[in-house]
Amino acid sequence: MSDQNVLLQVKGLKKFFSREQKGEIRAVNNINFDIVEGETLGLVGESGCGKTTTGRCIVKLYHPTNGEIIFDGKDIARIRSKRDQLEFCRNVQMIFQDPYASLDPKKKVQDIIGEGIDVHHLAKSREDRNHQIRGLLATVGLNPEHAGRYPHEFSGGQRQRIGIARALAVKPKLIVCDEPISALDVSIQAQVVNLLKKLQKERNLTYLFIAHDLSMVKYISDRIAVMYRGVIVELGDTDELYHYPIHRYTKSLLSAIPHADPYKEINRSRIIYQFHEGDLNGELHEIGKGHFVLSQDNQVEAYKEQLKNEKKN
Amino acid sequence: MSETILSLDDVHVSFDSLNGKVHAVRGVSFDLHYGETLALVGESGSGKSVTCRSIIRLLSKNASIDDGSILYEGKNILAKSQREMRSIRGKEISIIFQDPMTSLNPTMRVSKQIALPMIHHLHLSKHEAMKRAIELLKRVGIPNSEVRYKDYPHQFSGGQRQRIVIAIALACNPKLLIADEPTTALDVTIQAQIIELMKDIQKKNGTSIIFITHDLGVVAKVADRVAVMYAGKIVEIGTAEEIFYLPQHPYTWGLLQSVPTADEADEELYAIPGAPPDLIHPSKGDAFYSRNPYALEADRYYEPPYFQLSPTHFAATWLLDERAPKVEPPPSIQRRYATFYKKHGGKP
Repeated sequence: MSDQNVLLQVKGLKKFFSREQKGEIRAVNNINFDIVEGETLGLVGESGCGKTTTGRCIVKLYHPTNGEIIFDGKDIARIRSKRDQLEFCRNVQMIFQDPYASLDPKKKVQDIIGEGIDVHHLAKSREDRNHQIRGLLATVGLNPEHAGRYPHEFSGGQRQRIGIARALAVKPKLIVCDEPISALDVSIQAQVVNLLKKLQKERNLTYLFIAHDLSMVKYISDRIAVMYRGVIVELGDTDELYHYPIHRYTKSLLSAIPHADPYKEINRSRIIYQFHEGDLNGELHEIGKGHFVLSQDNQVEAYKEQLKNEKKN
Repeated sequence: MSETILSLDDVHVSFDSLNGKVHAVRGVSFDLHYGETLALVGESGSGKSVTCRSIIRLLSKNASIDDGSILYEGKNILAKSQREMRSIRGKEISIIFQDPMTSLNPTMRVSKQIALPMIHHLHLSKHEAMKRAIELLKRVGIPNSEVRYKDYPHQFSGGQRQRIVIAIALACNPKLLIADEPTTALDVTIQAQIIELMKDIQKKNGTSIIFITHDLGVVAKVADRVAVMYAGKIVEIGTAEEIFYLPQHPYTWGLLQSVPTADEADEELYAIPGAPPDLIHPSKGDAFYSRNPYALEADRYYEPPYFQLSPTHFAATWLLDERAPKVEPPPSIQRRYATFYKKHGGKP
């Protein structure tokens, strides 16, 4: 990985929320990962595992309790000047889960998309702005003639495309996609995922793709990190992780995905994960090339052995 | 037929809207047998939920059932008064909705919500009903049910809430359970638990289930038979095996192709082009015509009838007509055909 350009580094990130009397919730508890330019890192886990919190820390919607987030060589917590802050916002964009709640219902689509262009002074003139907006609508597969419409006039899938166009408008480097397809129908999900993949190829975009739908994550991600109770339990190349999951939680998560294949479903049984205190101690250790598992020092050798054996079979 | 619990025949449902009449369900017919699970699949707006809500007559005020008949155990549901319906709902036929937070009363203890249908329909005493409620909570897998029955819905997690909704639905041992996307809002692990729970209950009580979902993985796991809906019609119906391994309708092909499979290489995921049709002015021919890459000229003007492929398998597409040109299904569908013939022998 050394020859590739690391775009984002997350080091020891912690985010705790305090509740009155009840103590704090450790939503994200010491996680580390890198994202290389041009790749897609999938972040999966059940609800409440801290994946959205991680995404929001990265776009600076939350201030981390502890730890560093380094984007393009700069610690984002140390951005002070307004100019640098603007620059950061331009480079890192987010696509939200709910296409109904994330678009201002009182604004026309052209103004939703144009807002970023205005804020960052990316258009030379009014014609240029319109031209850019129309281009963006065409890019995401919407009719440019509809720029004057309001969000309620679009379907869920179309709204999600508007959300994508809005993110693209400022020519970002990194897009944090927070469950962008879970609110959509299957056939529409495929449309949106294909669009995201196409855009990535054309514009060399980097994605952090947060989801709980593991089958689609597999399809779009180069690497996947599995989160559980605020920590990453396993991280590796997509194919490797799907074929040779090592951590017991990853195994149970993968076994819970139903396949559109009744013959297979009849014989498949689900692996149930029992959480034990102390399961989440330790750190991520590399047990195979690019394959990390949360383990304590004395478990590493056993995991390495396990991976070797599973690959043999 | 004695083994049929529910029979829909040519049901039409429409809604009045500002823009005109929306024809949400346009002639749906199917039979449901005792103890079986029928999955209804299709995209949003295809009429799955409306079909099910017309079975229990829980449609909004601007809706009307224009035509057709719905027979539940030989009795015509559509001729019943709302009062009579109330004695059927919850007792004979129960429904589980998608969002457990909006289907529970936030201001009432869960035990009471489970006990009420038993007091009302089975005339149990309060004390008896409460005892049964705690048992039900235990049965759907709520830990510590002896203590937690006093809690309110917000004190439970999403998966637990859905279990509570299931407990309410099961309180009077209904013969027919309608589950309207019961797991869509849940995580995969919770989803798997809920599905296992429903299958377990079905095995013990012999409940018939109509399972609405758009997740084909879930369908593969639960369904005995599958009905694929598009634009208010069933375009293909058959056993789960027939729909997954011998699909005939191009829409079913599209749906199956848009799901990423475990062993497929990095080819582009198939997306059904375009958007669902306008049901205010439904087209004269096949509603799928404009999105169908295999469409024939006939699809544009004439609605395809059902072609029978086996005693249980029907599909509405002109491709099955003997005058239609031979069409090669897409490669991944042909692979599904091959899987079927490998298992059962027969023509390649």
